[in-house]
Formats: sequence, structure tokens, C-alpha cells
Amino acid sequence: MNTELLLQLTVNGLIVGLLYGVIAMCFVLIYKSTQVVNFAQGEFLLIGAWVCWATLVWLDLPFYIGFLLTLGFMTVFGIIIQAVFLRPMIGEPIISVIMVTIGLSMFFQSLMKWIFGVSAESYPQVFETSTITIAGLNIELAYILSLIFSVVMMVGFYWFFRYSRLGLAMRATAFDQQVASSLGISVSKVFAASWAISAMVSATAGIVIGMVNGVSDALSFIGIKVFPAVILGGLDSIVGGVVGGVIIGVLENLAEFIDSQYLHIGNLYTIAPFYILLIILTIKPYGLFGTKNIERI
Amino acid sequence: MGMKPLLEVKQIDLAFGGVKALTDVSFTVNKGDVYSIIGPNGAGKTSMLNCISGRYQPQQGSISFKQQEITRMKPNQRSSLGLGRTFQNLALFSHMSVLENILVGRHHLLKNNFASGPLYWFSGAQKEELEHRRTVEEIIDFLEIAHIRKKQTGTLSYGLRKRVELARAIALKPDMILLDEPMAGMNQEEKEDMARYILDLNEEWGMTVVMIEHDMSVVMGISNRVMVLDFGSKIAEGLPEEVIDNEHVRRAYLGEEDDLLEAAV
Repeated sequence: MNTELLLQLTVNGLIVGLLYGVIAMCFVLIYKSTQVVNFAQGEFLLIGAWVCWATLVWLDLPFYIGFLLTLGFMTVFGIIIQAVFLRPMIGEPIISVIMVTIGLSMFFQSLMKWIFGVSAESYPQVFETSTITIAGLNIELAYILSLIFSVVMMVGFYWFFRYSRLGLAMRATAFDQQVASSLGISVSKVFAASWAISAMVSATAGIVIGMVNGVSDALSFIGIKVFPAVILGGLDSIVGGVVGGVIIGVLENLAEFIDSQYLHIGNLYTIAPFYILLIILTIKPYGLFGTKNIERI
Repeated sequence: MGMKPLLEVKQIDLAFGGVKALTDVSFTVNKGDVYSIIGPNGAGKTSMLNCISGRYQPQQGSISFKQQEITRMKPNQRSSLGLGRTFQNLALFSHMSVLENILVGRHHLLKNNFASGPLYWFSGAQKEELEHRRTVEEIIDFLEIAHIRKKQTGTLSYGLRKRVELARAIALKPDMILLDEPMAGMNQEEKEDMARYILDLNEEWGMTVVMIEHDMSVVMGISNRVMVLDFGSKIAEGLPEEVIDNEHVRRAYLGEEDDLLEAAV
């Protein structure tokens, strides 16, 4: 057995998994506070990565300015999407809302292709790209960066929901919009804020992945990959999203290991997460951490 | 009296499609009142409360609170003006502790935000926090829920949850509180406790109370004005003893034919 490869893939899996976890958190954030299952989450990554790329390559700005501009853009973008497309859908059947987000996903994917072309572009060198060796493992510096980013985001989210007023307002709104508004919380502000935060954090994840793999359509596919992570963890649990993300990331890479070493099926990597999803949902229909709907009679 | 009323409801009409929930309802509540709204099921009591708290928008009529027109205001704006409420069905944040539930009620009164909060000792956040904690402690003492402050509300008994819900609503320090069936589903002892809390709120904390209640002994015992709704119309208003003697009220409750109502339809 090739232990070195196994270890390498496990570490990769953990790092990518944490990144999935961050995106899953963004997904859950929107679902929890606005009850929208956002199938256009992957496009947030895509748009964020392209916008940042454009500021660096077309406008030739330094990275930190381009990055801040992108964050600003995504905030406005998230709020506009919510206000224009999803606010009118409040009270409509969930399936209609899902159709809207799928529509948005298709639209933005095509729009990005139209503006930026279909071929993958790589980011200009922002950091000295090199691989560092830790305990015999080659780890790309960008991966370390992404690891730091993920951990910071998770701690940030925890702190935000636990200690900030807006975070508390969001938790209250997630539970019951009517009660929240009777306590002086502006529900429309909470909705706008959750879309803005979700768009911003997703975009950052998009940029991080873009630095490693280049910017292309593949980014929006991550939105779909995160879906099993979210369902796995429980649609309404932020912690669950993180755990689900890590599980999917590691499993994916283990599947790759088994595939390349023994089975030689090819592409087991892509399907494995969905198999696991099926198995876990058969045992725990609400996901690992999801709220069970139990009613007292 | 010459005093301006705290809440003034004028000729409210509310309909859902073809169903008229409220027809031409007017009433006023003075500061310091314990005002009860009674009536058979489906009479429009909760609809009336929802119009006041802002969940429903009436098609016609106007509502003013503290001399301010609030008919088109959002619920959260109304609560910032000093209007609190509880709900008919328990609506606590069941995954939060009792303390957290009450603190959500203090939410709009906090001035520090997530940027100044971390500067805790410098931005006055500490002082603010202490002040809020003190108010919350007062409320906890008042409602005698100190022993369950750290418990998740989902695990509490029904009567206690009702009490926590009241605590959360008064954490806003509202001038007027709307109570939707505060005693539904309680046993006699719990009802007596709740009645005492409501009276104390009114007398000691100076809160004006508007309440929907089915238990007539409670209504007669603690309210100083009563309005009766039936089929969305006001059929009587006055002192409790006046209302209970009212012929239309008896008919509404006993379900007999009523000439006055038929004329109104």
C-alpha cells in the first residue's frame, strides 16, 4: 500500500473539506434565515473569483484592493439578488423558489462565460507559489492559505452568531419571523444581511480555489458538491455543514486513493460523496445534525 | 377625563379575500388600563391584536399609538415605539436558554454593534451590558424563573414556557403589552400566578395591558374594561359587570339568534 499517497490525499481531503465546510455554512446561513435553498451558491464562488480576477488582470490593481472591491461588489450583489428575485417569492411554494435559484444559477453561469470566455484563466502570482514540505508531505502554500481562511471564517461565524446583535437577530429570525419582528427585529434587514454575508464569504472561497486551480466553470460545480455536505450535516445546522464538508472532502480523496490504487474505475472521486449521502440519509433522514420535526401531541 | 388615550383604534375593516374578519371596530385604551377582548372562537380577537401589532394590515380604518399613526408601520417599528406582545401558541426560541430568549427581547435597545462590542471596556459596551443584565435580572426575579435561567426553553413545562414568553415580551420595556390568551392550557394554580403577574405588571411596572382571554373569572377579576367581539363586530364594551349583563353578549355566547347582529350584516 502506498502510505505516502494515502496520507497526502487525506491531508488534501481535510483542507478541501474545510473549504467545502465554509461554503456549506454560507448555504445553511441562507437556508436558516430565509428558508431558501440556494442552488446558485456555486455561482457566488464563480462570480466572486471572476470579479476579483478582472480587478487584478484588467484593471491591474494590487491584490488587496481588488479583493476589497470584490467583497464590496458581492455585498451589493447579494442584497440585490435577494431584494429583486427572492423577496417577491416570499410565501410562494418552496419548489417555485428552488426553480428561481436554479434559473439564477444557469443565467449567471452563462453570463460569466459570455463576459470572461470559456477557458480557464489563472490568477496572477499573488503569493510566492511554492510547495512546502511538512513531515514529508508536499503541501501547496495556497492550501495552507485556504486552511487559514477556512478556520478564520468558521471561528468568525461562531463568534458572529454567538455574540453579535445581528447574529442573535438572525438566529431569532430563523426560528420564527413573526416573533422576531414583534421583538423589534427588522426581518428584511436580516434577509439582506444573510445574503450579503453568504455572497461575500462564498466569493472569498471562490478566490482561494481560483488561486490554486484557476478560474473556470468548475467553480460553480463546487456549489453542487457542497450540496451533499449540507444535506449530510442537516440542512439547518451550521456545525453540521462544516462536519459534512470535511467528511465529503476526505471521502472524496479516499475514493480517489482506492480508485487509483485498486479499482481503476475512474472518476469514483466524483460519485463517492453521493453514495455516502444516500447511505447516511437512509439511517438518519434529517442528516447528522439536522433538527428533527417532532411535535408534541 | 380629558386624557388622550394611549391606543386609539378607529373603524377597522379587515378581510381575507371574501371573508370579513373585522367590521368597523373602534375602541380606545387609556394609559394604565387592563383591557380585555373577549368573544366566541373565530370572533376576530386575534385578528384585532394582529392589526395592532402589525402582522395584518387592515383594509380600512386607522390605529394610533401614543398619538402617532401606526396603521402602515412594520411590526418591528411598532415594537420600537413601545408595543410588546405574546402569542397564542407558544413561540419561544426553543434552542436557546431562558436567559438568551429574554436577551433577544432587549435586542433593539442595545446600542453597541459588532464593531464596538469587542472594544468592550472602551466603548461603553461593558456598562451597557451590565445595565441590560440588571434589567433582565429584575424580570427574572419578578416572574420567579431564576431556577430555570440556564435551561433550554424546549425542555420546560407549558406553564413555565408561557412565563418565559411573558418575560421576553416585557424585556422590551413596552408601554403597552398585548397578551394573546396568556392563560390558555394552564391549571388553576398557574392561572392565579399569571393573573397576579399581569396585575403587578400593570400596577407596579405601569404597563398598559390589552389581553385576549377565555377564562371569564380572570377577565372579570383583573380587567377594568372589556370589549366583546362577535363575527368580527364589536357588540359590547364597558366595565366587566356591565358587559356580563349585556343581552347581546349572552346571546353571542349561547349562540342564539340576535336581531342586532342580523341588522348589522
